[in-house]
Order: sequence, then C-alpha cells, then structure tokens
Amino acid sequence: MDRRTLLAGAASGLALSLAGRTALAQAKEKVKVGFVFVGPIGDGGWTFQHNEGRLAVEKEYGDRVETIYQESVPEGSDAERVLTQMVLAGCDIIFTTSFGYMDATNAVAAKFPNVKFEHCTGFKRDHANVATYNARFYEGRAVCGTIAGMMTKSNKIGYIGSYPIPEVVQGINASFIHAKKVNPDVTISVVWAYTWFDPAKEADAAKALIEQGVDVILAHTDSTAPLAEAAKTPGVIGFGQASDMANYKPSPRVSSIIDNWAPYYVKRVGMVLDGTWASTDAWEGIAGGEVQVGEITDAVPAEVKAKAMEIHDAIAAGTYHPFTGPLNRQDGSAWLAEGQVASDGDLLGMNFYVEGISGEIPK
Amino acid sequence: MLMLEKRPSPSRFWNWATPVLAVVLTMLAGGLMFALLGKSPTEAIRTIFWDPLFGEFAWYFRGQLLVKAGPLILIAVGLSLGFRAGIWNIGAEGQYIMGAIFGAAAGLALYPADSRLIFPLMVVAGAFGGWLWAMIPAILRTRFRTNEILVSLLLVYVAQSILASMALGALRNPDGGGFPGSRNLSQWASSANPELIAGTGMHWGVVAAMAAVIAAHVLLQRHILGFHIRLAGQAPRAARFAGVSPGRLVLLCMGISGGLAGLAGMFEVTGPAGQIQIDFASGYGFTAIIVAFLGRLNPVGILLAGLLMALTYVGGDNAATNLGLPAASIQAFQGMLLFFLLALDLLSNYRIRLTRKEAA
Repeated sequence: MDRRTLLAGAASGLALSLAGRTALAQAKEKVKVGFVFVGPIGDGGWTFQHNEGRLAVEKEYGDRVETIYQESVPEGSDAERVLTQMVLAGCDIIFTTSFGYMDATNAVAAKFPNVKFEHCTGFKRDHANVATYNARFYEGRAVCGTIAGMMTKSNKIGYIGSYPIPEVVQGINASFIHAKKVNPDVTISVVWAYTWFDPAKEADAAKALIEQGVDVILAHTDSTAPLAEAAKTPGVIGFGQASDMANYKPSPRVSSIIDNWAPYYVKRVGMVLDGTWASTDAWEGIAGGEVQVGEITDAVPAEVKAKAMEIHDAIAAGTYHPFTGPLNRQDGSAWLAEGQVASDGDLLGMNFYVEGISGEIPK
Repeated sequence: MLMLEKRPSPSRFWNWATPVLAVVLTMLAGGLMFALLGKSPTEAIRTIFWDPLFGEFAWYFRGQLLVKAGPLILIAVGLSLGFRAGIWNIGAEGQYIMGAIFGAAAGLALYPADSRLIFPLMVVAGAFGGWLWAMIPAILRTRFRTNEILVSLLLVYVAQSILASMALGALRNPDGGGFPGSRNLSQWASSANPELIAGTGMHWGVVAAMAAVIAAHVLLQRHILGFHIRLAGQAPRAARFAGVSPGRLVLLCMGISGGLAGLAGMFEVTGPAGQIQIDFASGYGFTAIIVAFLGRLNPVGILLAGLLMALTYVGGDNAATNLGLPAASIQAFQGMLLFFLLALDLLSNYRIRLTRKEAA
C-alpha cells in the first residue's frame, strides 16, 4: 500500500466513523461511556470517587450502558491519544476528570462533534459538545477549617496544595477564614506538592508540616498518604480528602470532604440516552449533594462538632456563603465589603490569598 | 551443572537475537500475568502488538506510533554517540525540558506576531537550550573531573523546578483564567508544529528523528569523529595515542545529545503537547536511555527500538482502555521487556555450558 492509498483509507475511515455517529444523534438505545482518570482507582481519594460515580452509572442503567475507563493518564500529549482511542472504541460521552486534560478535551472534541465531552474542573467549552463540571469543595473546607481552628493546640494548621490553581486557592482561603473565625491566633502553612497523586511526595509534605509544629493537616491531593503520615504522630489530626477515607477513623481522620459525582454522572448519561444533553457548566456544592461532609468522629469534642455542623447546615440551607465580607486580600486591599458575597467569577479566577495568610502563591 | 564462560568477543548473533527473544519472552510472561488477571492472554497481546499496526483503527494508531517514537528516537540517537564513547549523559530529560522552555520562550516573546521565521527561530532556541543544559555537566567534567552521570541526572530535577516556575510565572498564559500553563503553541500558526500530512502523525520532530538516524549512521561509518567515538569506547588508551582529545570528545558528545534532546522537547511542546505545563516532562529523556540500549547503540537499531517502545505504550494504553486492564499491569508488562532484555544480554558476552561435576 503506498502512502496515497493509506491516506485515502485514513480519511474514509474517519468519515465513516463520523457518519455512523450522525445517524444516531437523537435518543439512544444504548450508550458507551468513557472515563479518563489521572490516578489509579486505588488512590482511595479523587479517582476512587470518580470510579464510584462510574459504577453508579452502570448500576442505574444496567444493560443500556457500557463503561470503559483508563487509569493514570498523564496530563500531556498522551491524553489526546487516549481520548481519541475512546472515541474510536465507540464512546458516546467521555468524562475527563482532571484539570490538565482541558486542552486535550477541547482538541479532540473539535474532531468528533457528535461525541459529548465533559471536563472536570476546567473552564474551556470551546465547542458545543464540551461541558464542564466541578463541585464547590470550598464549602466543605469551611466546615473542616472550623474544626481545624478549634482543634489545633499549636495554633498552626497545614495545607498540602497540589497545583496553585483557583480551585485549590479557594480551599486554602476557605479553610483559613473559618479557622480564624473560631481561633484568631491560628496561622496556616502551605506546602505545594505539584502533583495530584504521588503518595511519597504527599507523605513528605505532611512530614515537613508536622516538623514545623503543625497539628492539623488539610490536603488537596488525591491519596491517603497525608493521613497515614499524620497517624504516626500522636495529637496530629487530618481530614479525608475527596473520599471518606474511613480507614483512618476515628483519628487522625476526624471528618472528611467527600466528592459525590454519582448523581451528576447518572444525570448526564441519562441525558445522552434520551437525547437532551447540552453543553453546560455545573458547579454544585453541599446543597446539591455533590460535596458531602463525612462523619465527624468522637475524637472531636461535642461543641466543636456542633459548631462545624452549624456552618454545614447554614451552607446547605443557602443562608451562609463561605466567602462573605468583610474580607481583605493578603496585601490588605479590600476584596469584599461587609455582608458582600463573592461572585462565582471571582472564585473561578481566584489567584490571591486572603489577609492573614503568609507566603506567596507560586508564580 | 550450568557454567558461564566468557566469550573472547561479544557474539554478533546474540547481540541481535536477544532483543527478539526478549520480546517473545515478554509476550509469554506478560500473557501469563494477563491470564492471572482473568483476561484472555492472546487478546491482550493482540491488542497491544497487533491492533495498533493492523487492527480496525490502525489508520489512527500508526500515526500515533510515530508521534510517540519521534522524540524517543531523536534523543536516543544523540545519547548513543556518547554511550559508545563511554560518556554517560543520563540527564536527557532535563535537556528535553530546557529545549522546550527555550523554544517556547523564544516564540512567546514574539506573540502574537505572524511570521514564518518564528518557528525556525524556536527550533534554534530549543536546540540551544538543550545544548546549554548539557554543557554544564560536560564542562564540569572536563574542568573539574566531576562525574557527568550524577551532574546530568541531578540537573533533571533542577530543570523540572524551572519548568514548574515557568508554567506558573514567566510563561503563564495571561488569558488562562488563573490556571498554570503557557499559551497553546500548537494553536498559534507561527509556532505550531502540526502534522505535515494529515493523519500520518508525521510532524517536524519525526522528520528530525529520521534525519538524525541517517546522520548518525553516516557519522559512525564514514566520518573521522565517528571513528574517534568508537575508538574511545573500545580502546581508550589507543584513542589517546591516535590523537583523540578526551575533553573535546566529551564536549562534542554531550553537546550533540543535549542539542537533540532540546530539539525533541521543542518539537513536542509546539506539537503534540501544545503548552509548557508543570508536568510537560513525560519521561521521554529517561525512556530514551532504554531505547538507545535496546537498539544496541546503533542508529538503525534505535529506530526500530523506538518504534517498538512506542508500540508498547500506544498498544498498552489501547489494552488498558478496551480490556479494562489496570494501569499497573501495563507498566509491569513494559518492565518485563527491559528485564528480559538485560537478563539476556548475558548471552552476548557469555556462553552457557553444561559441565559435569568433577570429582575432587
């Protein structure tokens, strides 16, 4: 076969696969769903929860869905190939579950307009077949931050950041604001791990924080390593992140933020099945059930638990927003006036610490 | 009783037979592993090795093989020159990163200009960045006799930190909504390194890799420098008598391998990867070391080894998605290939003999 016929074959193969899809644009008998995971399902955290969502989709629709997934897909040039490969395998909708897949998701979406793409934690919807979704994790942080502020004896809480992106900065700010509310002397130290999933690095970060005198650790990475590290030092507590991490109950894990993707995945796959899917930007929190706060254990005194639940319930009822003024930026300039609530736009682009946090966001 | 007897000179037959045998053994042992995981071994092996080349979607995967193999071959060819001369550049990953940063920075400094000259400028900047990063261990070795293995390796971690800082700072996309990462270079016409013929995966990096294979082949066979490289590796004393300057050779070999690694990084960041990102480095620089040895430090061998390595990645991902294999099993499978290759290497230098136990 010479190059010319090879190319012609390639072109017609592409055309065929596209034509095959156009014919079935409306309601479907059966859909194939793809999931691209940034870590292994066994991380016990972020990817584990997305996989729980995948299993919920299978359970809900039974024979009408088939799901495929790939673990540990690097957030670089490989992502585009894995996405294309899922399209070729016949997927009707593909969920890409990490912010680093943003450009790859949009690039592949441009080539296959009849396949739906859902990108988690990003903001780019360059094409009509790309939707984005995220959860208001900062609402859970407000609850954990309250517990952290009341529980710390050294008045030092620590935060393991993954990447300095708005979502993570929101979490740091929300944790600090609420710790400070209940404990004016509290300070927060942030360590950047530059990874979502690397148990060794995450454990090192936790160790470094503990050595600095930190006795409450919050993490924004995907594994259970920070809790495992906290368990080695008596008196140090932490929180389940992304998943309940119940194995570390009652201490060091005193509570957790649980990402509950199942309702969203079930809903969106259902929309593909009945032909009503459209590109949207979903951002639900505690009220919508996407963010859950795990059981607060008895390692925490009753009044701390009561205070934390008070914040939780107010957020759930919609009567309280974790970013309510007066709040100043780190440099002292005014951000939110008394009673003013942060706009979603402000939160989605958040690239500054609030007043009282020392250190800089890496630039 | 089995005995190992050193061969007077490495066996030519086994030198080329061991890679093939290693692949066969990997298929057997890997098949066993897949069977233990409850998957059909023949289907798994077929999905990894056959489908990307001849399966239903081969028209897509063949191109992806070139995309994946291109940087591996380009880097490995450069490394092989030094390895032949006993100069161990282990830090190609760092040179690859610096090439990407220099290349991207040169282009982004002129954003959003529209000129055909920008891409060639970026190519030069990329090669320069890689060369510069390789010159650090090279000069430290020639001046202070430091160990280039350690220095080049440790500079990888320095390069990774610079990469993170670039993605968050100097090269960050001002329109990126607070996210790290540069502008997408593959979406800006002046800096894009697109597929030259749609659907083939052939981009400038692949062309450069092919050119490097040919150039290295000619260099080693016909050029006095190639002769010096081979001589320095095989008989360092003789090389010195023949007037080979060891210092000059170090600078040349490190420079060439660094420059090629930088080029690979530059072609990757303007093409398949698209942007300077915190985790842009995907391990090509380290994998290329394996490719260089798998290809017996021979340019043509490296070409084949790079394609084989790319096949295990592309096919491995294919199997992971379509057969639901865990990512770790694919990595274990790739590890087996290297394990068998290294183990079988024994056969090129030793022969196995069956001896009877003699009475004392």
